Amino acid sequence: MTNTENAKMDMVASKIMTTQQSVSAAMNPIDSLERQLRLTARDVTVHYGAKQALHGISIDIPDRAVTSFIGPSGCGKSTFLRCINRMNDTIEGARVGGTIKLDGEDIYDPSLDVVELRARIGMVFQKPNPFPKSIFDNVAYGPRIHGLAKSKADLEEIVVSSLRKAGLFEEVKDRLSEPGTGLSGGQQQRLCIARAIAVGPEVILMDEPCSALDPIATAIIEELIDELRENYTIVIVTHSMQQAARVSQKTAFFHLGNLIEHGDTEDIFTNPVNKQTQDYIMGRIG
Amino acid sequence: MNSMIIAGLLLVLLGLSYQTGWSKGRGLSAANSGVNVHSRPQYHAARVAIWTLVPALVILALWMAFGPGITRGYIVSQIPVDILTALDQGGLTATIQRIGALASGYGVAGEIQPFEQSAADALRNFQTITFLAMIAAAAGLAILALLYARSRISPRLRARNDVEVVITTLLIFCSAVAIMTTIGIVLSLASEALRFFSFINPVDFFFGTVWNPSFSTTATQDYGDYGLLPLLTGTLWVAAIASLVAVPIGLMTAIYLSQYAPRRVRAVIKPVIEILAGIPTIVYGFFALVTVGPFLAGVGNVIGVDISATSALTAGLVMGIMIIPFISSLSDDILNQVPLAMRDGSYGLGATQSETIRNVLLPAALPGIVGAFLLAVSRAIGETMIVVLAAGNSPVLRGTPLEPISTITVSIVNQLTGDSDFAGPQSLVAFALGLTLFVITLLLNIVALYIVRRFREQYE
Repeated sequence: MTNTENAKMDMVASKIMTTQQSVSAAMNPIDSLERQLRLTARDVTVHYGAKQALHGISIDIPDRAVTSFIGPSGCGKSTFLRCINRMNDTIEGARVGGTIKLDGEDIYDPSLDVVELRARIGMVFQKPNPFPKSIFDNVAYGPRIHGLAKSKADLEEIVVSSLRKAGLFEEVKDRLSEPGTGLSGGQQQRLCIARAIAVGPEVILMDEPCSALDPIATAIIEELIDELRENYTIVIVTHSMQQAARVSQKTAFFHLGNLIEHGDTEDIFTNPVNKQTQDYIMGRIG
Repeated sequence: MNSMIIAGLLLVLLGLSYQTGWSKGRGLSAANSGVNVHSRPQYHAARVAIWTLVPALVILALWMAFGPGITRGYIVSQIPVDILTALDQGGLTATIQRIGALASGYGVAGEIQPFEQSAADALRNFQTITFLAMIAAAAGLAILALLYARSRISPRLRARNDVEVVITTLLIFCSAVAIMTTIGIVLSLASEALRFFSFINPVDFFFGTVWNPSFSTTATQDYGDYGLLPLLTGTLWVAAIASLVAVPIGLMTAIYLSQYAPRRVRAVIKPVIEILAGIPTIVYGFFALVTVGPFLAGVGNVIGVDISATSALTAGLVMGIMIIPFISSLSDDILNQVPLAMRDGSYGLGATQSETIRNVLLPAALPGIVGAFLLAVSRAIGETMIVVLAAGNSPVLRGTPLEPISTITVSIVNQLTGDSDFAGPQSLVAFALGLTLFVITLLLNIVALYIVRRFREQYE
């Protein structure tokens, strides 16, 4: 093993340790304090054609905290996530019922512009999906279409600060003009997070953001999520219960299109009320 | 009759050998319990069948290759020497044909000479005997091969591997047919074009501005003028107008179909557009000639511009409509290949549908769309029927598309129809033109393939 590889391993090891520290911080009971509510969903249903995918979901999502949705495949957690920024609108034959309010405003109200909504609610997808453009253009994409930058220098500042917030700037600062698709999987996912941050959202939705990444890249992203929650409301869908326990303060358990139980992450994992939740967490179902 | 017998023989051999191999192959596992049998019975069967049929087919092929020569030699040997020496080359061929016709029982015109009749009788016997001998040889060899192949069957025989090798060989052979055909066409085009260039200086051909071949093949040294430029500019005019029509319409159709159209609308529209590609080009041609041309001329009258009814404009417009489906269908497929994740990523950032198409989908699909465009253009350049009818057939160098023109393809048709004698440049020029056309479309195709390949690598 060469020296540089050794150094790299050391760096990764220290990152994992800090992640573990922040995980214990996340589990700290101070986070169960009541927070201001950001999103409130009432009786949300989703049909894909004749098939009902969600049966009346009601949940409150607090500000500046990480809320995780867990549950077995096909339980509706991603479907519900995609209701929050109305991404289900792009799927032919999808119908959404019930109400979802962002800061008291119904996001399915006809007077609300879906484009503005999506600028306020950013999204990070399961598979890193940078555009086949340069790293700079990837991050500048959102600010450009929304006209957020008044000048070229302004745009550069937005791009740099977004890359910094996503913890990617130091790694890519010398090659901003190279294609984003040339980065490693973990870097691509952080690029996608930077891209979402650049629009200046209030809420960030993450749909299994680490499922395509290796454990080291996952640890880095989890650390990043923990930093981001100071400024953003984060909702994360995950298959990994350990990840939910590590990064989130609130957890909701979905099963077969129903919201079975939700509450403080610590309560859900140490003292679940519902038998199904208990079985899932113990690894008996799913 | 003979071919029926051969086909019957081959079928019998096939059935027999396959059945033999199959039953013995099947017996293996029963007879050798505990031994690991390498191949399944159908592979043993196929192997025996291949062993049986290949020798028989080789014999048949040899017979087909050398049979006619042997028959001819036999006929010549049957003609009395005094008559033979009196015949010239043409007379000999005619006599051999007469004897052959007599022997086959079709009869001949004119009086049958005694030596012809006796030669024909002898030939008939000779043909029967050689045919039977050939059949016997093929069948005998096949049976020997069958027995040998059958005797080789054992539990550890790698029949499956052998069969795979034969199949691979067969596939290579089939793809070689296409490649060889291409090479053959190129070689014949090139060699005939070289003959043309022995009459006409290549510089005069490629850079000449006058196209005026003399039609008289008896003329002494005056072959006329063979300047390519009027034809090339005509071709380019038509292709350019066709692209101007087809690219915007085709591309926007593709965007609508792939991004906006509900599934049911798409299921109707796409096949209907593809019907355009199925309309015979001659139909487009007379549509251009009787409808579009007069209409354009009328429009020209109204707005005070002199537009000829048959012109590059007429042909280009109609050809543009013809290649719309190429562009729309290929672009539609390419747009659909752009991963859904790209689209979602853009929507997730608050981009509208048209922003997403403009900023993400089209740039991502652009190389593929360019590839589709080049394929359509090479199709337009090689297209003949529409321009024959609607472009005016006037090989003059023009600076405007509103006047009659001629194209490379049209000139090839003109030079080859009617009496053509492949000794003079009047006909040979067709090969030079064909080669030029071939090189142009080949270059376009290479560029298109290169771009399409680069596009494919982008997401993998």
